[in-house]
Amino acid sequence: MWRYIFKRVLLAVVTIFIVIAVTFFLMNAIPGGPFTKEKAPDPRVQAELEERFHLNEPVGKQFLYYLENLSKGDFGISLKSGRDVSTIIKTSFGVSAKIGAFAAITALIIGLILGMVAALNRNRWPDRIIIFFTTFFVSVPSFVLATFMLLVFCLRLQWFPVWSVTNPSYFLPIVSLSLYPMAYITRLTKSSMLDVLGQDYIRTAKAKGVSRVRTIAKHALKNGVLPIVTYFGPMFAGIITGSLVVENVFTIGGLGQEFVTSINNRDYPIIMGITIFLAILLILLTLVSDLLYKVFDPRITFD
Amino acid sequence: MNSEDKRLEQDLTGPETDLDQELDVDLMGVDPVYGDQDLEVDELPDHVKVFNRSKFSAQVDLSKFTLASAEDKEQHIQMRPPSTFLKDGMAKFRKNKLAMASAIILIFIIVMIIIAPLLVPYSYSDIVTVNGRRDKTAKNLPPFHYSELEQQAIEEGEKIFPHIFGTDELGRDYFIRVIYGTRVSIVVGSFASLIVLVIGLLYGSISGYFGGKVDLVMMRLVDIIYSLPDLLLVILLSVVLDQVLTKAITGTILKSVGTNMISLFIVFALLYWVSMARLVRGQILSVKQNEYVLAARSMGASSGRIIRKHILPNCMSVIIISTALQVPSAIFTESYLSFLGLGVQAPMPSLGSLANKGREAIQSYPHKLIFPSIMICLIVLSFNLFGDGLRDAFDPKLRK
Repeated sequence: MWRYIFKRVLLAVVTIFIVIAVTFFLMNAIPGGPFTKEKAPDPRVQAELEERFHLNEPVGKQFLYYLENLSKGDFGISLKSGRDVSTIIKTSFGVSAKIGAFAAITALIIGLILGMVAALNRNRWPDRIIIFFTTFFVSVPSFVLATFMLLVFCLRLQWFPVWSVTNPSYFLPIVSLSLYPMAYITRLTKSSMLDVLGQDYIRTAKAKGVSRVRTIAKHALKNGVLPIVTYFGPMFAGIITGSLVVENVFTIGGLGQEFVTSINNRDYPIIMGITIFLAILLILLTLVSDLLYKVFDPRITFD
Repeated sequence: MNSEDKRLEQDLTGPETDLDQELDVDLMGVDPVYGDQDLEVDELPDHVKVFNRSKFSAQVDLSKFTLASAEDKEQHIQMRPPSTFLKDGMAKFRKNKLAMASAIILIFIIVMIIIAPLLVPYSYSDIVTVNGRRDKTAKNLPPFHYSELEQQAIEEGEKIFPHIFGTDELGRDYFIRVIYGTRVSIVVGSFASLIVLVIGLLYGSISGYFGGKVDLVMMRLVDIIYSLPDLLLVILLSVVLDQVLTKAITGTILKSVGTNMISLFIVFALLYWVSMARLVRGQILSVKQNEYVLAARSMGASSGRIIRKHILPNCMSVIIISTALQVPSAIFTESYLSFLGLGVQAPMPSLGSLANKGREAIQSYPHKLIFPSIMICLIVLSFNLFGDGLRDAFDPKLRK
């Protein structure tokens, strides 16, 4: 087991290094720089600024500088506002994480319940209704959904206030973020439950005279939810990174919006900081859910 | 009909005539139920005949059997008409109403995006004109409404093609813009999944077939790409490619395709083939274990031939199905990028960019958001249902 974890961590480190390198050179390949403006600034000021941030040196050398700072835990400062990158990430991630975590948990709970109901009532009306709605939600882009919710519930019916920093209303962003993963989890749960319900040990339990509730709770459920464990980690990370569009619609200043703004501003330290942060988050969560899967399912060996 | 079916038919109708004549000889001295293992041949008394022994109740009394007439045989043939894998699957697919409906919708949409630009006298990039004059009053018209100038022209007896979806903020016909947006989405979706298919198929089959160290190294690469934060890289890549490609392709034929479109394809080619490669590898690993692969190899077939002739055809159905399901996810990604302003270039519309523009005036002109949104949902929904239907009909794992 430790060997497996060691191998995975090693791979994770290599991956993160590749992410850092790829992002660094990609972002430097975008024409224009943080200090190029439409109104040409004083060339002396610009030269001074570029020298201060080592921007006048070759990209390879800049990369080494960056790695050196990173190894000291220094993400640098924003080239636009001068604020510390780790502070920026901390504040904007707080908002994204709050919405993301709520959305992920809602999606998980409702998705599991709906998936089980659909599997146990196969080809009857609850199954058909659930599958109809989940197929629908998988097919609607979240920005369409979010915009329509904003239009109907905020502007027309005025049930919820429009998002503002002083009066944040989390409900609609959470709903529009959670619908897609919820639909996906429902479908996943249904197919895995159907798979498990067809197994021999379920028939054995039935033949022994175990009650239906007990069969499902003790035998089917434990095996049926295993695939969800592997999906949940990457999904959680995906919700946080992918909330970009929803944040855009509801004008929430989360991590996603910060990232798009920083690309448009060529604010190199922020682009790097957010990418590294999210890559580590994604890789860590994937690793954790893979390990959990192996803990929950003793049939899987570490190899 | 394969050999197994023939055997089955023989079992049901009794042995055929030429076998019947040899029957006496065959069964002589042999217990028809237990065979000859239980009784030694020299233990049997000479007078014992097969047909008047009544030691076991389960003994077969052949006099009760009659030979099948030609008519009986005909009946069995009618019960199971000869069928192939493809025919079986198609029959199953046709029974699936949802999948059939989505196939029809898809065909309808594809026909529409081909012929609608020929029928509608407006262009996606030009402002509506009346008698050769630009009609500045034709802005933000609701569906099936005419501008003042157009009303006048109609009263004068001219025929004007209706604005089925209204017009946009610059006075361009919205129907034709949505049609072109659909065109972009479908082209991006199908080409992207084609690219994913080709790369994933090559990579996955090489990795799965050769196994060992090759597989190990190739799959580590897949693992690394798989755990990249893809949306961030897609955004970054499309910004970079957009700027770099604009210079590179000016003056070539590729210019007409548009830089953003090409950069979208490159993004897909770089990032989204990994799950396809994993799928193909998994399929090949399981098919590789079959005896016919061993047989082919022992007869000296080359690796390339075995992959092409024996392995790929056997995992093709699963691969085609997931390619069909790849299309909606490519359309999704394109519309996300367009929504964030990184998709295709104006004035060329895409469904995502139309929806994004429509969002700005959502209170006063909701139709500008509703039409492209419905179109995206319709396409993605149809592709999803179509892919699901294909899987139900053709996936060998789901066949019972």
